[in-house]
Amino acid sequence: MKTHGNWFRSMLGLAALAAALWGTAGTAWAASKLNVVTTTADLAALTQEVGGDRVNVQSIAKGYQDPHFVEAKPSFLLMLQRADLLVSVGLQLESGWLPPLISQCGNARVQPHASGNLDASQFAEILELPSGPVSRAQGDVHPLGNPHYWLDPENGRRVARGIATKLAQLRPEDAQYFEQRFQDFSRRLTEAEKRWDAQMLPYRGRKVVTYHRSWPNFTKRFGFQVMGEIEPRPGIPPSPRHTIELMEMMKREGVKVILVEPYFDLKTPNSIASGAGARVVELLPSVGGEKEASDYFKLFDYDLGKMAQAFQGQ
Amino acid sequence: MRTILAILLLFALAATSFAQPAPPAPPTPDDTAARLKALEEKILALESEVKTLKEAQALPAAPSTASSSSIDTAAATNAYPPPAEQVKGPTQGGVIGGAPQNAKLLNPDISMIGDFLATAGGNRFQPGPALEFHEAELGIQAVIDPYAKGDFFLSFGEEGVELEEGYITFTGLPRGFVARVGKMRSAFGVVNTLHNHTLPWIDRPLVTDSLVGGEDGINDAGFSISRILPAPKGLFLEATGQIFRGDSADVFQSHQRSDLSFVGRLRGYKDLTEDTNLDIGFSYARGHNDLGTNFLTQLFGSDVTLRWKPLRRAVYHSFLWRNEFVWSERQQLPAAQRAFGFYSAADYRVNRRWTVGGRFDRSARARNDNLTDSGFSAVVTYWPSEFSQVRTQYRFGRFAEGKDTSELKVQLLFSLGAHGAHPF
Repeated sequence: MKTHGNWFRSMLGLAALAAALWGTAGTAWAASKLNVVTTTADLAALTQEVGGDRVNVQSIAKGYQDPHFVEAKPSFLLMLQRADLLVSVGLQLESGWLPPLISQCGNARVQPHASGNLDASQFAEILELPSGPVSRAQGDVHPLGNPHYWLDPENGRRVARGIATKLAQLRPEDAQYFEQRFQDFSRRLTEAEKRWDAQMLPYRGRKVVTYHRSWPNFTKRFGFQVMGEIEPRPGIPPSPRHTIELMEMMKREGVKVILVEPYFDLKTPNSIASGAGARVVELLPSVGGEKEASDYFKLFDYDLGKMAQAFQGQ
Repeated sequence: MRTILAILLLFALAATSFAQPAPPAPPTPDDTAARLKALEEKILALESEVKTLKEAQALPAAPSTASSSSIDTAAATNAYPPPAEQVKGPTQGGVIGGAPQNAKLLNPDISMIGDFLATAGGNRFQPGPALEFHEAELGIQAVIDPYAKGDFFLSFGEEGVELEEGYITFTGLPRGFVARVGKMRSAFGVVNTLHNHTLPWIDRPLVTDSLVGGEDGINDAGFSISRILPAPKGLFLEATGQIFRGDSADVFQSHQRSDLSFVGRLRGYKDLTEDTNLDIGFSYARGHNDLGTNFLTQLFGSDVTLRWKPLRRAVYHSFLWRNEFVWSERQQLPAAQRAFGFYSAADYRVNRRWTVGGRFDRSARARNDNLTDSGFSAVVTYWPSEFSQVRTQYRFGRFAEGKDTSELKVQLLFSLGAHGAHPF
């Protein structure tokens, strides 16, 4: 039971451990590509557009996953540990899981406001900014505005511009490459937008109901009217009373389409749809939500195709 | 006097004339183009601002949000706001870059979590009142500077206020090290690191009560250093080393400055599939016990957690199976006591609002390894929203003295403000 020198020994042990770990660190450094980690698949798609083959992009959330409820798994720490750049949606979309990942990953480059931490919301047009008092009586509100802004191609362009600028900052020798990739992306987006607008022209002004408030940028851009949500308040599960009221409103207003994200249960939407003579459309809020929606362009191709299909013959 | 004024005036005039910028050089074509572009951008910005203002004017007053957000409200008032409001939202016009954040400029995130408890039935081994406001946890968290963040958790209980945790985390260290200094729950096992409100039960397992210091646990002032270790691809390995003063509940007690306690942990994690993962940990703690500097207590722990959460239905279903095993070796007279205890617990999320779970407990006592208690619990949790929960736990205990206990506990947890997310 002798414990003399215990203090000294613990200190020594800890120092030895630290020294041993020190030697193992910093092996994966000299990679030629920039390692970019994004929180969502959409940001990954945009980064890939402008970064081309000069970046390695990984997304934490999958496209078919609810970005509000991602688990802060240690495997994501492995991604962040080596990241040169972390791109996030911001506006508190990831507040439930990203902060502990950032503070645990041991990577100084991606800490808040460090040069390798980019909040993409600063570039985008943000809707639903609360103008009055905000409280959780409104549900799980986002007091900084609606974070689902990437669903407007114009915001995609703005965010891509911001990412390209940031990549150029981190890799000045490739600045021209990123700029050229951005210009090319922007040109292709303009062309695609013309196509999408033409496709949606017959349906402008149509009324829809959505499950969660994921779609303000999308519906504003393509001219749909959101008449209500299946969630009584953001983040609050549907309730019988609200469901009945919603059904009555849909009949009164002639709402024929319900948009549901792929990560929500279809039971309530289906029963509302059958009660109100409407149809449920599973729309993707993110790249990778289905196999076909494999990049930023195909996401809109997919979603707008679904919309056209739903409105046809009505 | 007048002369002085005149001189001052002269000085002021001279100063302003010096301060005026030099006349601009004649613009080059490049310059003009750039300025035109800047002007164009400004006009666009102004246009969108005008549009925003117009739309804001066209809207009725902002929806009232004064109603309380109690569980009842969340569950029962689902009043459907008029469609017009839904279409327009709080403000329809967009702004580049999100809302001004003036209201919380540089303020830390502040949160308060209430934990109200009601207990029926008898338990003379772990007595507690029928009704209690068990704890109010005040959390204050912020980034301190580019190199560190700070977290404070103050626990207001029926017996006073306690600094549950208060530490600075250095996030900007070289070579992937993360260091923490302050008072903190030590990294011994899993349950020891968890605050009451993040537990999947109302109480803590018997093994925690008997061997690891109960609710307070191994929670002490000191410092901690951790780092992710190099490992084969896909395997997460993390080592943590902590040194504390040596005072933790009834487990460790420091009698002199050199009576420090030490906690070490090695954690391995692997995604088995996209939905399933396995988390394994080994922990060790060593310190001096209440009998004096020459009496050591050592704890060995291992924990295994299996989680399943389908990504496409993450808000509806999940399953967690967690087991912790603790071996305690306590030096005392006449002979050292070697006690073993464990729990095995599972939780299943049935749907968005309901979770059911169960736990089996068994543990010998640290001071007398001949006495072993066991028990089991059944837990049902209802979530009106993410910010409140009602939990019921039936607990059966078979204590070594030969008496069975049977209790029903009901807990109401509610959360105000911005409580930082907890580590996985």
